[in-house]
Amino acid sequence: MIYLENIGRYFLMLQSVFSKMTKWSMLRKLIFKDIDDLIIGSMGIVCFISFFVGGVVSIQTALNMNNPLIPKYLVGFATRQSVILEFAPTFISIIMAGKVGSFITSSIGTMRVTEQIDALEVMGVNSLNYLVFPKIIALSLYPFVITIAMFLGIFGGWLASIYGGFSTSADFIQGLQIEFIPFHVTYAFIKTFVFAFVLATIPSFYGYYMKGGALEVGKASTTSFVWTSVVIILINYLITQLLLT
Amino acid sequence: MIEVKNIKKSFDGVEILKGISTTFEKGKTNLIIGQSGSGKTVFLKSLLGLFTPEEGTILFDGKDYKTFSDEQRRQLRTEIGMVFQGSALFDSMTVEENVMFPLRMFSKQSKSEMQDRVDFVLKRVKLVDAHHKFPAETSGGMQKRVAIARAIVMNPKYLFCDEPNSGLDPKTAIVIDNLIQEITDEYNITTVINTHDMNSVMEIGEKIVFLKNGVKAWEGTNKQIFKTDNKSVTDFVYSSDLFKKVREVYLKELED
Repeated sequence: MIYLENIGRYFLMLQSVFSKMTKWSMLRKLIFKDIDDLIIGSMGIVCFISFFVGGVVSIQTALNMNNPLIPKYLVGFATRQSVILEFAPTFISIIMAGKVGSFITSSIGTMRVTEQIDALEVMGVNSLNYLVFPKIIALSLYPFVITIAMFLGIFGGWLASIYGGFSTSADFIQGLQIEFIPFHVTYAFIKTFVFAFVLATIPSFYGYYMKGGALEVGKASTTSFVWTSVVIILINYLITQLLLT
Repeated sequence: MIEVKNIKKSFDGVEILKGISTTFEKGKTNLIIGQSGSGKTVFLKSLLGLFTPEEGTILFDGKDYKTFSDEQRRQLRTEIGMVFQGSALFDSMTVEENVMFPLRMFSKQSKSEMQDRVDFVLKRVKLVDAHHKFPAETSGGMQKRVAIARAIVMNPKYLFCDEPNSGLDPKTAIVIDNLIQEITDEYNITTVINTHDMNSVMEIGEKIVFLKNGVKAWEGTNKQIFKTDNKSVTDFVYSSDLFKKVREVYLKELED
């Protein structure tokens, strides 16, 4: 029952987020601040993980190809497919649910605990629009993060396969180009846009409606990470079923 | 003036406010007192519109809040200043930005006019060198002053304070009490203070509403509270030996 109640409350929250807009001059500053916190601030970890996981994907693929009849370019092919279809959009989004999601939940949750949200409401500010809308706009730049993750993942795979002696550069690049379906990139970006919305709104929901003190802020962050991940995985399944089958 | 008529509020079936009626007068410091759990905060938040009472009416200068349109409610909110118990300053903003926040949100003043107004109110609360400090870099007393400055920057008609001197040393608490009273007199506003600080009751309680278990158990002034024989009030106000003695001395002086 509590799940149904939360789902209903989540959609009511979304309704409030898009009503009674805050002054543009204020929103602009908040959006830039959120771009800095949520997008720029995540680049380091995204680059690091993408590069090395791309490398690992390529090494694992190469190590599992024992049959000499399997062409060497498959290392590049498998790396490209894994990175573009799943690793960059989905795996990075799960990581972002931990990094960005818990940041959003704890910052909004702390504002709730310290009555800063009440202060906004008393002043006549639509606190949901003020707090959540800029995060949704800032995270609409999330596909750029994923583009970089895709590039670095493939680049890491290329470096690992060449310097590990698993494939030649020419084979790897041939694998990247072979049977390339542009719609797969479109599919990845459609997912990314949906995940960006989920990343902005579910952690905000758990932060905004939390009750209690500092301990509950920590609990809300954990719950928000769990549910953001669950929703991302479910949506991933649904979009894949809808777009790729 | 704020008139409250028979407001009732429950949470999860438990009745917290059981029909409270009172009047908070303009130009006076009106105090709501009572033990923890007596319903003070719920009462204050109901006045502020943060909670919606199930029954009763709240009249702001004769106008029923329930009948207000969204635009009228928004307008009313710009006429309300609130000082929260923990100050509720925005952590990511400097003192100056905190005070300027309501102006930037709602006023059509130019940047220089806003700056002048912020400088004026910060000077009024005796904070002159704190403009660029963040709340975390200031003391509890300074944070309260910033909260007061933010509450009065829009020239409010109504000022609400929730435990304005909790967590402050006695000297700073008196400074904050006096500041609130001066501002109330100066701007002729309706001030409602939620407190259980007996110094505040004695010093600035021009009108006192005593709540007990969600009902109004007594109301009067800080002069009348010395003379009352209402047991609930005397048990609460004169629970310490010091205040018992203060009361005895006061009553003796009156007799003499």
